[in-house]
Amino acid sequence: MEPADLRPINYKSSTFSRSFRMAAWLGWQIESNWTDPFLFAIYSIIKPLAGAAILVVMYSIITNGDFADPIFTYIYLGNAFYLYVGAVMSGISWAVLDDREHYKTLKYMYVAPINIPVYLIGRGVAKFLVGSISVFITIIFGVLFLHVDVNLATVNWQLFIVSLAIGVVMLAMMGLILAGISLLIVNHVWFIGDAVAGALFLFSGAIFPLEVLPVWLQPIGYIIPISYWLELLRRSLVGSIAATFPTFENLSNSQLLGILLGLTILFGIIAKFLFRYCEHVAQERGLIDMVTNY
Amino acid sequence: MSDNPQAFPGIITPKIGAQKPNEGRVHKNSGWKLYIQAVVARAYPRIIGQQREKSWLFFDILLPLLSVCAYVFVYQAIGAPEDYIGFVVIGGAMIAFWMNVLWSMSSQLYWEKEQGNLALYIITPASMMAILLGMALGGLLATTLRALAIILLGSLFFHVKYAVTSFAQLFAVFLLTMVSLYGLGMMAASLFLLLSREAWHISNLAQEPIYLFSGFYFPIKNFSFWISAAASFIPLTLGLDAMRQLVFESGPSLGFLSVRVEIIILLILSIVFLFAARVMLAHMEKLAIREGRLTENRR
Repeated sequence: MEPADLRPINYKSSTFSRSFRMAAWLGWQIESNWTDPFLFAIYSIIKPLAGAAILVVMYSIITNGDFADPIFTYIYLGNAFYLYVGAVMSGISWAVLDDREHYKTLKYMYVAPINIPVYLIGRGVAKFLVGSISVFITIIFGVLFLHVDVNLATVNWQLFIVSLAIGVVMLAMMGLILAGISLLIVNHVWFIGDAVAGALFLFSGAIFPLEVLPVWLQPIGYIIPISYWLELLRRSLVGSIAATFPTFENLSNSQLLGILLGLTILFGIIAKFLFRYCEHVAQERGLIDMVTNY
Repeated sequence: MSDNPQAFPGIITPKIGAQKPNEGRVHKNSGWKLYIQAVVARAYPRIIGQQREKSWLFFDILLPLLSVCAYVFVYQAIGAPEDYIGFVVIGGAMIAFWMNVLWSMSSQLYWEKEQGNLALYIITPASMMAILLGMALGGLLATTLRALAIILLGSLFFHVKYAVTSFAQLFAVFLLTMVSLYGLGMMAASLFLLLSREAWHISNLAQEPIYLFSGFYFPIKNFSFWISAAASFIPLTLGLDAMRQLVFESGPSLGFLSVRVEIIILLILSIVFLFAARVMLAHMEKLAIREGRLTENRR
């Protein structure tokens, strides 16, 4: 019998990477292997395109198809990138419900040598990938057929990539907060991701400038990081169009990035402590393997 | 544990030595009485159970209302006429019915299978059609309360002005739309009997595309005739179109077909869908039993 390898192992980093990789692989299998790849591709495309088409038809009816107006590009891009919110944020929180209520495996995850928050973030990766394809196709469709004015030569790629990356981390942290809450709430957990995504859709200026909201509701839009994130993405892709809307005209790109980064760190800290607290309470109350059958 | 049989109401203990032939037997309904009993029993959790869960009530109203608000603000941002805001409010309320049919009718038998109840339904003497009818009636009543709340709140928030031209026609349109819609739901439920994991995805997929083609947020007249005609297979398409014509001033000028024609088509759809649901359910039940799918659990 060979002697055990007693060389020191960096358990923390191996647990982190193993949890993330395995969760991402598992998430992808769950997302995609219910049908053949062709049907899965169709499914992934139809839903976001139909959602965008609702706004396109609404806009077209009222303006007689004046797609050259900057507001159309504003609405279209905001709606396209908002697909990430549903995908990443709801995806991570949904993993708790899926494992606990549907597959009934959450308790096994807790006895396995993995890091649960990292595992949950990994579960969101598949939704992020599917969401990225949806965002890409929606934007391509808009550029090719609806005069969405994205010129690749004038895109500020650096700003775009940095904003996108920070935004995805921010959404993951928000997803982790919801995942923590989902561990505690039993009866109506199915609605949390949808409710939060729906509320943020309304208040983040995704499909209309924040000035359209009643004055007393506008402050909500200014404390939501998604509002800053969407503004940065619009500025990086269609800077001249974003400049025609006064919402954040007093803030430079670097100030917007600073606010987004600050809010992301804040949400990261909240997520870390809130998830740990919720997890503790869920274990105390025996909610980890709760099945509500709703 | 108590030895006294009276401690367990509902359990009838035969008296040894003093028993007549039929004494002690539980009375069981059959025929149409059993049918109605099954309808009421299945409707009960939909009406009473859902009202007990107050958070459901909150989210069922809140979620569609958030979408309604978002689409209203889009219309306001692009300077749409006032009636379009009313169109969105009515459309948002009707979404509650579509969601109910989709998630609590069509895919219900899939959930029942997942939880192990489906086989129990099949082995009882009650008709599956009665169980689906109970589901539909209970869901319809509970959803109507939610839809009314959405209309009320949406109308108050956005000061929607209504100009109802005929309450009788409005009632007829609503009733026929619901009968045909829940008939469609019962038909779809029988199809879902054969599905597994894909049921969830199919229901998920039938949201945005249906919102688009049924004109939940705009009049379908803006599509070409054939697209609108194809979309009319979903009863909410014609129901919404007729309702908008009947309750808004600009409605008749934006209608797809005349209200009378839409009522006749809805009547035909109601009959066809209910009949088809009965035939399909019987067929699918046999098929599912033959292929051993009633108790399968492919997660």
